[in-house]
Amino acid sequence: MLTYIVIAAIKSLVLIHILLGAVAYTVWLERKVVGRMQNRWGPTRVGPFGLLQPIADGVKFILKEDLTPPHVYKPLFILAPLLSVVLALTSIAVIPLGGQLPLGRWSTGLQVTAAPNGTSDINIALLILLGVTSIAVYGIALAGWSSNNKYSLLGSLRASAQMISYELSLGLSLVGVLLLAGSLSLRDIVTAQGRPYEFKHFLWLPHWFPHWYIFPQLIGFFIYLVSAYAETNRIPFDLPEAETELVAGYHTEYSAMKFAMFFMAEYTNMFTVACVATLLFFGGWSGPIPGFLPPLAQALMPLFWFALKVLVFIFVYIWVRGTLPRFRYDQLMAFGWKFLLPLAIANLVITSLIVAVLS
Amino acid sequence: MLHLILFFIFAAVCIAGAVNLLAQSHPINSALSLIVVMGSLAVLYLLLGAEFVAAIQIIIYAGAVMVLFIFVIMLLNAGVEEHSGKSYIAWFVGIPSLAALAGLVVYSLLLHEEQTGNASVSSISNVGSVQAIAHLLFGKFLLPFEVTSVLILIAIMGAVVLAKRGES
Repeated sequence: MLTYIVIAAIKSLVLIHILLGAVAYTVWLERKVVGRMQNRWGPTRVGPFGLLQPIADGVKFILKEDLTPPHVYKPLFILAPLLSVVLALTSIAVIPLGGQLPLGRWSTGLQVTAAPNGTSDINIALLILLGVTSIAVYGIALAGWSSNNKYSLLGSLRASAQMISYELSLGLSLVGVLLLAGSLSLRDIVTAQGRPYEFKHFLWLPHWFPHWYIFPQLIGFFIYLVSAYAETNRIPFDLPEAETELVAGYHTEYSAMKFAMFFMAEYTNMFTVACVATLLFFGGWSGPIPGFLPPLAQALMPLFWFALKVLVFIFVYIWVRGTLPRFRYDQLMAFGWKFLLPLAIANLVITSLIVAVLS
Repeated sequence: MLHLILFFIFAAVCIAGAVNLLAQSHPINSALSLIVVMGSLAVLYLLLGAEFVAAIQIIIYAGAVMVLFIFVIMLLNAGVEEHSGKSYIAWFVGIPSLAALAGLVVYSLLLHEEQTGNASVSSISNVGSVQAIAHLLFGKFLLPFEVTSVLILIAIMGAVVLAKRGES
Protein backbone atom coordinates (compact mmCIF):
# COMPACT_ATOMS: atom_id res chain seq x y z
CA MET A 1 0.00 0.00 0.00
CA LEU A 2 2.76 2.42 0.97
CA THR A 3 4.78 1.75 -2.19
CA TYR A 4 1.65 2.33 -4.25
CA ILE A 5 1.10 5.73 -2.61
CA VAL A 6 4.77 6.69 -3.08
CA ILE A 7 4.69 5.66 -6.76
CA ALA A 8 1.46 7.61 -7.30
CA ALA A 9 3.01 10.66 -5.61
CA ILE A 10 6.10 10.49 -7.82
CA LYS A 11 3.92 10.09 -10.90
CA SER A 12 1.77 13.09 -9.97
CA LEU A 13 4.88 15.19 -9.33
CA VAL A 14 6.32 14.35 -12.76
CA LEU A 15 2.94 14.79 -14.44
CA ILE A 16 2.24 18.18 -12.85
CA HIS A 17 5.64 19.50 -13.95
CA ILE A 18 5.21 18.25 -17.50
CA LEU A 19 1.67 19.61 -17.59
CA LEU A 20 2.56 23.07 -16.31
CA GLY A 21 5.49 23.21 -18.74
CA ALA A 22 3.12 22.28 -21.54
CA VAL A 23 0.66 24.92 -20.33
CA ALA A 24 3.35 27.61 -20.42
CA TYR A 25 4.34 26.67 -23.94
CA THR A 26 0.71 26.44 -25.06
CA VAL A 27 0.44 30.13 -24.21
CA TRP A 28 3.49 30.75 -26.39
CA LEU A 29 2.02 28.60 -29.17
CA GLU A 30 -1.28 30.42 -28.95
CA ARG A 31 0.33 33.85 -29.16
CA LYS A 32 2.49 32.70 -32.05
CA VAL A 33 -0.28 31.01 -34.06
CA VAL A 34 -2.89 33.70 -33.48
CA GLY A 35 -0.21 36.24 -34.38
CA ARG A 36 0.47 34.57 -37.70
CA MET A 37 -3.27 34.23 -38.39
CA GLN A 38 -3.61 37.98 -37.86
CA ASN A 39 -0.56 38.69 -40.00
CA ARG A 40 1.75 39.68 -37.14
CA TRP A 41 4.76 37.98 -35.61
CA GLY A 42 3.72 37.19 -32.05
CA PRO A 43 6.48 37.08 -29.41
CA THR A 44 9.94 37.36 -30.99
CA ARG A 45 12.13 39.29 -28.56
CA VAL A 46 12.91 36.89 -25.69
CA GLY A 47 15.11 34.10 -27.02
CA PRO A 48 15.00 32.56 -30.54
CA PHE A 49 11.40 32.73 -31.90
CA GLY A 50 10.40 34.13 -28.50
CA LEU A 51 10.86 30.66 -27.00
CA LEU A 52 11.98 32.00 -23.63
CA GLN A 53 8.88 34.20 -23.37
CA PRO A 54 6.91 31.74 -21.13
CA ILE A 55 9.82 31.60 -18.67
CA ALA A 56 10.07 35.39 -18.62
CA ASP A 57 6.29 35.58 -18.04
CA GLY A 58 6.52 33.08 -15.19
CA VAL A 59 9.31 35.04 -13.49
CA LYS A 60 7.28 38.21 -13.94
CA PHE A 61 4.19 36.66 -12.33
CA ILE A 62 6.20 35.47 -9.34
CA LEU A 63 8.07 38.74 -8.79
CA LYS A 64 5.11 41.09 -9.23
CA GLU A 65 3.52 42.67 -6.19
CA ASP A 66 0.50 40.68 -5.07
CA LEU A 67 -2.18 43.34 -4.70
CA THR A 68 -5.27 42.65 -2.61
CA PRO A 69 -7.83 45.44 -2.96
CA PRO A 70 -9.20 46.65 0.42
CA HIS A 71 -12.87 45.95 -0.38
CA VAL A 72 -12.59 42.21 -1.14
CA TYR A 73 -13.83 39.39 1.09
CA LYS A 74 -10.39 38.04 1.83
CA PRO A 75 -10.83 34.31 2.74
CA LEU A 76 -12.77 33.52 -0.43
CA PHE A 77 -10.67 35.91 -2.53
CA ILE A 78 -7.63 33.75 -1.71
CA LEU A 79 -9.49 30.43 -1.83
CA ALA A 80 -10.97 30.94 -5.31
CA PRO A 81 -7.77 30.81 -7.45
CA LEU A 82 -6.42 27.93 -5.34
CA LEU A 83 -9.63 25.99 -5.91
CA SER A 84 -9.49 26.62 -9.66
CA VAL A 85 -5.94 25.43 -10.14
CA VAL A 86 -6.15 22.48 -7.73
CA LEU A 87 -9.30 21.12 -9.38
CA ALA A 88 -7.83 21.62 -12.85
CA LEU A 89 -4.74 19.63 -11.86
CA THR A 90 -6.80 16.95 -10.07
CA SER A 91 -8.69 15.95 -13.17
CA ILE A 92 -5.50 15.05 -15.02
CA ALA A 93 -4.78 12.32 -12.42
CA VAL A 94 -7.39 9.89 -13.75
CA ILE A 95 -6.35 10.27 -17.39
CA PRO A 96 -4.33 7.35 -18.79
CA LEU A 97 -1.58 8.63 -21.08
CA GLY A 98 -0.61 5.24 -22.46
CA GLY A 99 -0.43 1.55 -21.67
CA GLN A 100 2.65 0.45 -19.77
CA LEU A 101 5.98 2.25 -19.46
CA PRO A 102 8.83 -0.27 -19.08
CA LEU A 103 11.68 1.11 -16.95
CA GLY A 104 14.42 -1.50 -16.95
CA ARG A 105 13.23 -4.54 -15.00
CA TRP A 106 9.86 -3.27 -13.84
CA SER A 107 7.10 -1.34 -15.55
CA THR A 108 4.40 1.05 -14.48
CA GLY A 109 1.04 2.17 -15.84
CA LEU A 110 1.10 5.60 -17.46
CA GLN A 111 -1.60 6.99 -15.18
CA VAL A 112 -1.54 8.33 -11.63
CA THR A 113 -4.54 6.29 -10.54
CA ALA A 114 -3.57 3.10 -12.38
CA ALA A 115 -4.02 -0.04 -10.30
CA PRO A 116 -0.78 -1.63 -9.00
CA ASN A 117 -0.84 -4.24 -11.77
CA GLY A 118 -0.93 -1.34 -14.23
CA THR A 119 -3.45 -2.79 -16.67
CA SER A 120 -6.69 -1.61 -15.10
CA ASP A 121 -7.87 1.60 -13.50
CA ILE A 122 -10.79 2.90 -11.44
CA ASN A 123 -14.11 2.14 -13.04
CA ILE A 124 -15.51 5.66 -12.62
CA ALA A 125 -12.69 7.74 -14.12
CA LEU A 126 -15.06 9.53 -16.46
CA LEU A 127 -17.52 10.35 -13.66
CA ILE A 128 -14.66 11.77 -11.60
CA LEU A 129 -13.78 14.01 -14.54
CA LEU A 130 -17.38 15.21 -14.81
CA GLY A 131 -17.54 15.73 -11.04
CA VAL A 132 -14.38 17.81 -11.01
CA THR A 133 -15.72 19.85 -13.93
CA SER A 134 -18.96 20.48 -12.06
CA ILE A 135 -17.09 21.63 -8.94
CA ALA A 136 -14.71 23.84 -10.93
CA VAL A 137 -17.55 26.37 -11.23
CA TYR A 138 -16.93 27.40 -7.63
CA GLY A 139 -13.48 28.78 -8.36
CA ILE A 140 -14.88 31.28 -10.85
CA ALA A 141 -18.14 31.96 -8.99
CA LEU A 142 -16.41 32.70 -5.69
CA ALA A 143 -13.70 34.78 -7.38
CA GLY A 144 -16.30 37.11 -8.84
CA TRP A 145 -18.42 37.32 -5.72
CA SER A 146 -15.57 37.88 -3.25
CA SER A 147 -14.08 40.64 -5.40
CA ASN A 148 -17.00 42.92 -4.46
CA ASN A 149 -16.94 44.48 -7.89
CA LYS A 150 -19.86 44.69 -10.31
CA TYR A 151 -17.85 43.59 -13.35
CA SER A 152 -16.44 40.62 -11.47
CA LEU A 153 -19.88 39.66 -10.14
CA LEU A 154 -21.47 39.88 -13.61
CA GLY A 155 -18.63 37.80 -15.03
CA SER A 156 -18.97 35.10 -12.42
CA LEU A 157 -22.78 35.00 -12.69
CA ARG A 158 -22.41 34.53 -16.42
CA ALA A 159 -19.79 31.85 -15.86
CA SER A 160 -21.92 29.90 -13.39
CA ALA A 161 -25.02 29.99 -15.59
CA GLN A 162 -23.02 29.09 -18.69
CA MET A 163 -21.15 26.22 -17.07
CA ILE A 164 -24.29 24.71 -15.51
CA SER A 165 -26.10 24.90 -18.86
CA TYR A 166 -23.39 23.33 -20.96
CA GLU A 167 -22.49 20.68 -18.39
CA LEU A 168 -25.71 18.85 -19.31
CA SER A 169 -24.90 18.57 -23.00
CA LEU A 170 -21.29 17.73 -22.13
CA GLY A 171 -22.37 14.80 -19.98
CA LEU A 172 -25.00 13.57 -22.45
CA SER A 173 -22.62 13.75 -25.41
CA LEU A 174 -20.29 11.26 -23.71
CA VAL A 175 -23.04 8.72 -22.95
CA GLY A 176 -23.11 7.63 -26.60
CA VAL A 177 -19.47 6.55 -26.36
CA LEU A 178 -20.14 4.82 -23.05
CA LEU A 179 -22.98 2.86 -24.65
CA LEU A 180 -20.68 1.66 -27.44
CA ALA A 181 -17.80 0.82 -25.09
CA GLY A 182 -19.87 -0.53 -22.21
CA SER A 183 -17.58 0.82 -19.51
CA LEU A 184 -16.81 4.00 -17.58
CA SER A 185 -13.12 3.20 -17.28
CA LEU A 186 -11.03 5.28 -19.68
CA ARG A 187 -8.63 2.39 -20.28
CA ASP A 188 -11.48 0.07 -21.23
CA ILE A 189 -12.88 2.68 -23.61
CA VAL A 190 -9.53 2.95 -25.39
CA THR A 191 -9.21 -0.86 -25.54
CA ALA A 192 -12.75 -1.11 -26.91
CA GLN A 193 -11.75 1.13 -29.82
CA GLY A 194 -9.26 -1.54 -30.88
CA ARG A 195 -12.17 -3.91 -31.56
CA PRO A 196 -14.05 -3.79 -34.87
CA TYR A 197 -17.43 -2.06 -34.91
CA GLU A 198 -20.58 -4.04 -34.13
CA PHE A 199 -22.06 -3.01 -37.46
CA LYS A 200 -19.04 -4.02 -39.57
CA HIS A 201 -21.15 -6.41 -41.65
CA PHE A 202 -23.23 -3.56 -43.03
CA LEU A 203 -20.45 -1.56 -44.58
CA TRP A 204 -17.11 -2.38 -46.11
CA LEU A 205 -14.10 -0.96 -44.28
CA PRO A 206 -10.43 -1.58 -45.07
CA HIS A 207 -8.61 -3.54 -42.36
CA TRP A 208 -6.26 -0.66 -41.47
CA PHE A 209 -9.18 1.67 -40.86
CA PRO A 210 -9.10 2.87 -37.20
CA HIS A 211 -12.22 1.88 -35.22
CA TRP A 212 -12.39 5.19 -33.40
CA TYR A 213 -15.69 6.29 -31.88
CA ILE A 214 -15.56 9.59 -33.75
CA PHE A 215 -17.09 7.87 -36.79
CA PRO A 216 -20.24 6.37 -35.23
CA GLN A 217 -20.47 9.28 -32.75
CA LEU A 218 -19.81 12.24 -35.04
CA ILE A 219 -22.75 14.21 -33.62
CA GLY A 220 -21.72 13.31 -30.08
CA PHE A 221 -18.23 14.58 -30.82
CA PHE A 222 -19.58 17.86 -32.19
CA ILE A 223 -21.71 18.36 -29.06
CA TYR A 224 -18.78 17.46 -26.83
CA LEU A 225 -16.45 19.90 -28.57
CA VAL A 226 -18.89 22.82 -28.43
CA SER A 227 -19.87 22.27 -24.80
CA ALA A 228 -16.27 21.70 -23.79
CA TYR A 229 -15.34 25.08 -25.28
CA ALA A 230 -18.14 26.62 -23.23
CA GLU A 231 -17.03 24.77 -20.09
CA THR A 232 -13.48 26.07 -20.40
CA ASN A 233 -14.69 29.63 -21.09
CA ARG A 234 -12.81 29.90 -24.35
CA ILE A 235 -13.70 31.93 -27.43
CA PRO A 236 -16.42 31.90 -28.83
CA PHE A 237 -17.90 31.32 -25.35
CA ASP A 238 -15.61 33.55 -23.25
CA LEU A 239 -18.48 35.71 -22.00
CA PRO A 240 -17.30 35.51 -18.35
CA GLU A 241 -14.22 37.54 -19.22
CA ALA A 242 -15.50 39.50 -22.20
CA GLU A 243 -13.08 42.41 -22.05
CA THR A 244 -15.16 44.73 -24.20
CA GLU A 245 -18.04 44.68 -21.70
CA LEU A 246 -16.71 43.48 -18.34
CA VAL A 247 -13.10 44.81 -18.13
CA ALA A 248 -11.71 41.31 -17.41
CA GLY A 249 -14.75 39.59 -15.89
CA TYR A 250 -14.29 37.46 -12.83
CA HIS A 251 -10.54 38.05 -12.53
CA THR A 252 -10.61 41.84 -12.78
CA GLU A 253 -9.30 42.33 -9.23
CA TYR A 254 -6.63 39.65 -9.38
CA SER A 255 -2.96 40.30 -10.01
CA ALA A 256 0.39 38.52 -9.95
CA MET A 257 0.38 34.84 -8.97
CA LYS A 258 -3.35 34.70 -8.15
CA PHE A 259 -4.14 35.82 -11.70
CA ALA A 260 -1.58 33.34 -13.00
CA MET A 261 -3.44 30.56 -11.17
CA PHE A 262 -6.66 31.30 -13.09
CA PHE A 263 -4.61 31.38 -16.25
CA MET A 264 -2.99 28.03 -15.48
CA ALA A 265 -6.38 26.54 -14.57
CA GLU A 266 -7.89 27.64 -17.88
CA TYR A 267 -5.09 26.15 -19.97
CA THR A 268 -4.91 22.98 -17.87
CA ASN A 269 -8.64 22.53 -18.46
CA MET A 270 -7.98 22.86 -22.18
CA PHE A 271 -5.54 19.97 -21.86
CA THR A 272 -8.06 17.87 -19.93
CA VAL A 273 -10.68 18.46 -22.60
CA ALA A 274 -8.19 17.55 -25.32
CA CYS A 275 -7.17 14.37 -23.43
CA VAL A 276 -10.79 13.25 -22.96
CA ALA A 277 -11.58 13.90 -26.64
CA THR A 278 -8.50 11.89 -27.61
CA LEU A 279 -9.38 8.99 -25.31
CA LEU A 280 -13.08 8.79 -26.08
CA PHE A 281 -13.27 9.67 -29.75
CA PHE A 282 -9.81 9.23 -31.26
CA GLY A 283 -8.57 5.91 -29.92
CA GLY A 284 -6.32 7.28 -27.16
CA TRP A 285 -2.71 6.21 -27.53
CA SER A 286 -3.31 3.72 -30.35
CA GLY A 287 -1.35 4.26 -33.55
CA PRO A 288 1.09 2.48 -35.83
CA ILE A 289 4.36 1.48 -34.15
CA PRO A 290 7.23 0.98 -36.63
CA GLY A 291 9.12 -2.28 -35.97
CA PHE A 292 12.56 -0.94 -36.90
CA LEU A 293 12.80 1.34 -33.85
CA PRO A 294 14.83 0.39 -30.74
CA PRO A 295 12.71 -1.18 -27.93
CA LEU A 296 12.65 1.95 -25.75
CA ALA A 297 11.47 4.14 -28.64
CA GLN A 298 8.80 1.54 -29.44
CA ALA A 299 7.62 1.69 -25.84
CA LEU A 300 7.41 5.47 -26.05
CA MET A 301 5.51 5.51 -29.37
CA PRO A 302 2.00 5.29 -27.74
CA LEU A 303 2.91 8.30 -25.63
CA PHE A 304 3.97 10.11 -28.79
CA TRP A 305 0.66 9.35 -30.54
CA PHE A 306 -1.29 10.49 -27.50
CA ALA A 307 0.67 13.75 -27.26
CA LEU A 308 0.25 14.33 -31.01
CA LYS A 309 -3.54 13.91 -30.88
CA VAL A 310 -3.78 16.18 -27.83
CA LEU A 311 -1.65 18.77 -29.62
CA VAL A 312 -4.00 18.70 -32.62
CA PHE A 313 -6.90 19.53 -30.29
CA ILE A 314 -4.95 22.36 -28.68
CA PHE A 315 -4.25 23.69 -32.16
CA VAL A 316 -7.97 23.53 -33.00
CA TYR A 317 -8.67 25.54 -29.84
CA ILE A 318 -6.25 28.24 -31.00
CA TRP A 319 -7.57 28.06 -34.55
CA VAL A 320 -11.14 28.62 -33.34
CA ARG A 321 -9.95 31.52 -31.23
CA GLY A 322 -8.36 33.11 -34.29
CA THR A 323 -11.48 32.54 -36.40
CA LEU A 324 -14.73 33.05 -34.50
CA PRO A 325 -16.17 36.16 -32.84
CA ARG A 326 -17.79 36.05 -29.42
CA PHE A 327 -21.46 35.02 -28.98
CA ARG A 328 -24.01 37.34 -27.46
CA TYR A 329 -25.15 36.11 -24.05
CA ASP A 330 -28.78 35.30 -24.98
CA GLN A 331 -27.52 33.52 -28.12
CA LEU A 332 -25.24 31.45 -25.94
CA MET A 333 -28.06 30.36 -23.64
CA ALA A 334 -30.52 29.70 -26.48
CA PHE A 335 -27.92 27.66 -28.34
CA GLY A 336 -27.13 25.56 -25.28
CA TRP A 337 -30.68 24.82 -24.17
CA LYS A 338 -32.70 24.88 -27.38
CA PHE A 339 -30.27 23.31 -29.84
CA LEU A 340 -27.41 21.45 -28.17
CA LEU A 341 -29.38 19.71 -25.41
CA PRO A 342 -32.18 18.35 -27.67
CA LEU A 343 -29.54 17.24 -30.18
CA ALA A 344 -27.63 15.44 -27.43
CA ILE A 345 -30.79 13.66 -26.24
CA ALA A 346 -31.71 12.66 -29.80
CA ASN A 347 -28.19 11.34 -30.34
CA LEU A 348 -28.44 9.36 -27.11
CA VAL A 349 -31.82 7.82 -28.03
CA ILE A 350 -30.72 6.82 -31.53
CA THR A 351 -27.40 5.41 -30.32
CA SER A 352 -29.03 3.33 -27.59
CA LEU A 353 -31.65 2.02 -30.05
CA ILE A 354 -28.95 0.94 -32.51
CA VAL A 355 -26.86 -0.65 -29.74
CA ALA A 356 -29.93 -2.47 -28.42
CA VAL A 357 -30.88 -3.77 -31.88
CA LEU A 358 -27.36 -4.94 -32.74
CA SER A 359 -26.63 -6.72 -29.46
CA MET B 1 -5.86 0.64 8.77
CA LEU B 2 -5.62 3.35 6.15
CA HIS B 3 -9.37 3.05 5.65
CA LEU B 4 -9.96 3.61 9.34
CA ILE B 5 -7.70 6.69 9.51
CA LEU B 6 -9.32 8.20 6.41
CA PHE B 7 -12.77 7.41 7.79
CA PHE B 8 -12.10 9.29 11.02
CA ILE B 9 -10.51 12.25 9.22
CA PHE B 10 -13.43 12.71 6.85
CA ALA B 11 -16.07 11.97 9.47
CA ALA B 12 -14.53 14.75 11.55
CA VAL B 13 -14.44 17.08 8.53
CA CYS B 14 -18.08 16.25 7.83
CA ILE B 15 -19.21 17.07 11.38
CA ALA B 16 -17.05 20.20 11.51
CA GLY B 17 -18.62 21.36 8.22
CA ALA B 18 -22.12 20.71 9.54
CA VAL B 19 -21.45 22.67 12.75
CA ASN B 20 -19.82 25.48 10.80
CA LEU B 21 -22.88 25.61 8.53
CA LEU B 22 -25.00 26.56 11.54
CA ALA B 23 -22.43 28.82 13.19
CA GLN B 24 -21.63 31.04 10.18
CA SER B 25 -23.62 34.22 9.81
CA HIS B 26 -23.05 34.77 6.10
CA PRO B 27 -25.13 32.65 3.66
CA ILE B 28 -22.16 32.06 1.31
CA ASN B 29 -20.04 30.64 4.13
CA SER B 30 -22.91 28.40 5.21
CA ALA B 31 -23.39 27.16 1.64
CA LEU B 32 -19.67 26.45 1.31
CA SER B 33 -19.74 24.48 4.59
CA LEU B 34 -22.59 22.42 3.16
CA ILE B 35 -20.42 21.66 0.12
CA VAL B 36 -17.67 20.45 2.48
CA VAL B 37 -20.24 18.15 4.14
CA MET B 38 -21.32 16.77 0.75
CA GLY B 39 -17.71 16.24 -0.33
CA SER B 40 -16.70 14.39 2.82
CA LEU B 41 -19.83 12.23 2.60
CA ALA B 42 -18.74 11.31 -0.92
CA VAL B 43 -15.35 10.26 0.45
CA LEU B 44 -17.09 8.10 3.06
CA TYR B 45 -19.09 6.38 0.29
CA LEU B 46 -15.83 5.87 -1.58
CA LEU B 47 -14.28 4.25 1.50
CA LEU B 48 -17.22 1.85 1.60
CA GLY B 49 -16.48 0.84 -1.99
CA ALA B 50 -19.53 2.59 -3.49
CA GLU B 51 -17.59 4.46 -6.18
CA PHE B 52 -20.59 5.25 -8.34
CA VAL B 53 -22.65 6.66 -5.47
CA ALA B 54 -19.66 8.78 -4.41
CA ALA B 55 -19.20 10.23 -7.90
CA ILE B 56 -22.92 10.92 -8.27
CA GLN B 57 -22.96 12.56 -4.84
CA ILE B 58 -20.24 14.96 -6.02
CA ILE B 59 -21.80 15.63 -9.43
CA ILE B 60 -25.40 16.12 -8.27
CA TYR B 61 -25.16 17.59 -4.78
CA ALA B 62 -21.82 19.40 -4.68
CA GLY B 63 -21.76 20.21 -8.39
CA ALA B 64 -25.34 21.00 -9.38
CA VAL B 65 -27.58 21.66 -6.38
CA MET B 66 -25.07 23.71 -4.42
CA VAL B 67 -24.00 25.71 -7.49
CA LEU B 68 -27.63 26.82 -7.77
CA PHE B 69 -27.65 27.76 -4.06
CA ILE B 70 -24.49 29.84 -4.50
CA PHE B 71 -25.86 31.32 -7.69
CA VAL B 72 -29.05 32.46 -5.97
CA ILE B 73 -27.14 33.87 -2.98
CA MET B 74 -24.87 35.80 -5.34
CA LEU B 75 -27.75 37.02 -7.48
CA LEU B 76 -29.80 38.25 -4.51
CA ASN B 77 -26.65 39.59 -2.85
CA ALA B 78 -27.85 38.24 0.51
CA GLY B 79 -26.16 40.00 3.39
CA VAL B 80 -24.90 38.99 6.81
CA GLU B 81 -27.55 37.62 9.15
CA GLU B 82 -27.63 38.38 12.84
CA HIS B 83 -27.69 35.60 15.40
CA SER B 84 -30.33 36.52 17.94
CA GLY B 85 -29.10 33.97 20.52
CA LYS B 86 -32.34 34.38 22.46
CA SER B 87 -34.08 31.16 21.53
CA TYR B 88 -34.65 28.99 24.58
CA ILE B 89 -36.22 26.22 22.49
CA ALA B 90 -32.75 25.27 21.28
CA TRP B 91 -31.53 24.78 24.84
CA PHE B 92 -34.52 23.02 26.36
CA VAL B 93 -35.75 20.94 23.42
CA GLY B 94 -32.88 20.78 20.93
CA ILE B 95 -30.06 19.51 23.11
CA PRO B 96 -32.07 16.80 24.93
CA SER B 97 -33.53 15.48 21.67
CA LEU B 98 -30.05 15.49 20.09
CA ALA B 99 -28.74 13.44 23.01
CA ALA B 100 -31.72 11.08 22.75
CA LEU B 101 -31.21 10.62 19.02
CA ALA B 102 -27.47 9.97 19.41
CA GLY B 103 -28.19 7.45 22.19
CA LEU B 104 -30.79 5.70 20.04
CA VAL B 105 -28.39 5.38 17.08
CA VAL B 106 -25.58 4.03 19.28
CA TYR B 107 -27.96 1.62 21.00
CA SER B 108 -29.37 0.23 17.76
CA LEU B 109 -25.85 -0.14 16.28
CA LEU B 110 -24.69 -2.03 19.37
CA LEU B 111 -27.81 -4.20 19.31
CA HIS B 112 -27.22 -5.33 15.74
CA GLU B 113 -23.47 -5.40 15.99
CA GLU B 114 -23.13 -8.95 14.67
CA GLN B 115 -24.92 -7.93 11.45
CA THR B 116 -23.44 -4.50 10.78
CA GLY B 117 -19.97 -5.05 12.19
CA ASN B 118 -19.02 -7.92 9.92
CA ALA B 119 -19.86 -6.39 6.54
CA SER B 120 -16.56 -6.20 4.67
CA VAL B 121 -15.72 -3.59 2.06
CA SER B 122 -15.47 -6.20 -0.68
CA SER B 123 -18.99 -7.49 -0.04
CA ILE B 124 -20.41 -3.97 -0.23
CA SER B 125 -18.46 -2.98 -3.33
CA ASN B 126 -20.48 -5.46 -5.38
CA VAL B 127 -23.59 -3.52 -4.39
CA GLY B 128 -22.05 -0.12 -5.17
CA SER B 129 -20.75 -0.77 -8.68
CA VAL B 130 -22.32 0.85 -11.73
CA GLN B 131 -23.64 -2.46 -13.06
CA ALA B 132 -25.23 -3.47 -9.76
CA ILE B 133 -26.98 -0.12 -9.35
CA ALA B 134 -28.17 -0.20 -12.96
CA HIS B 135 -29.62 -3.71 -12.46
CA LEU B 136 -31.48 -2.53 -9.38
CA LEU B 137 -32.70 0.77 -10.88
CA PHE B 138 -33.84 -0.64 -14.21
CA GLY B 139 -34.98 -4.03 -12.92
CA LYS B 140 -36.38 -4.31 -9.45
CA PHE B 141 -37.09 -0.61 -8.88
CA LEU B 142 -38.02 0.35 -12.45
CA LEU B 143 -41.50 1.64 -11.61
CA PRO B 144 -40.52 3.88 -8.63
CA PHE B 145 -37.58 5.17 -10.66
CA GLU B 146 -39.74 6.17 -13.63
CA VAL B 147 -42.46 7.61 -11.40
CA THR B 148 -39.82 9.76 -9.68
CA SER B 149 -38.70 11.13 -13.03
CA VAL B 150 -42.31 12.05 -13.85
CA LEU B 151 -42.54 13.76 -10.46
CA ILE B 152 -39.46 15.85 -11.27
CA LEU B 153 -40.97 16.71 -14.66
CA ILE B 154 -44.13 17.93 -12.91
CA ALA B 155 -41.99 20.10 -10.62
CA ILE B 156 -40.20 21.63 -13.61
CA MET B 157 -43.51 22.33 -15.36
CA GLY B 158 -44.83 23.92 -12.18
CA ALA B 159 -41.81 26.22 -12.05
CA VAL B 160 -42.35 27.21 -15.69
CA VAL B 161 -46.04 27.94 -15.06
CA LEU B 162 -45.23 30.07 -12.02
CA ALA B 163 -42.55 31.98 -13.92
CA LYS B 164 -44.86 32.64 -16.87
CA ARG B 165 -47.83 33.79 -14.77
CA GLY B 166 -46.51 37.30 -14.22
CA GLU B 167 -46.17 38.03 -17.96
CA SER B 168 -49.80 37.58 -19.10
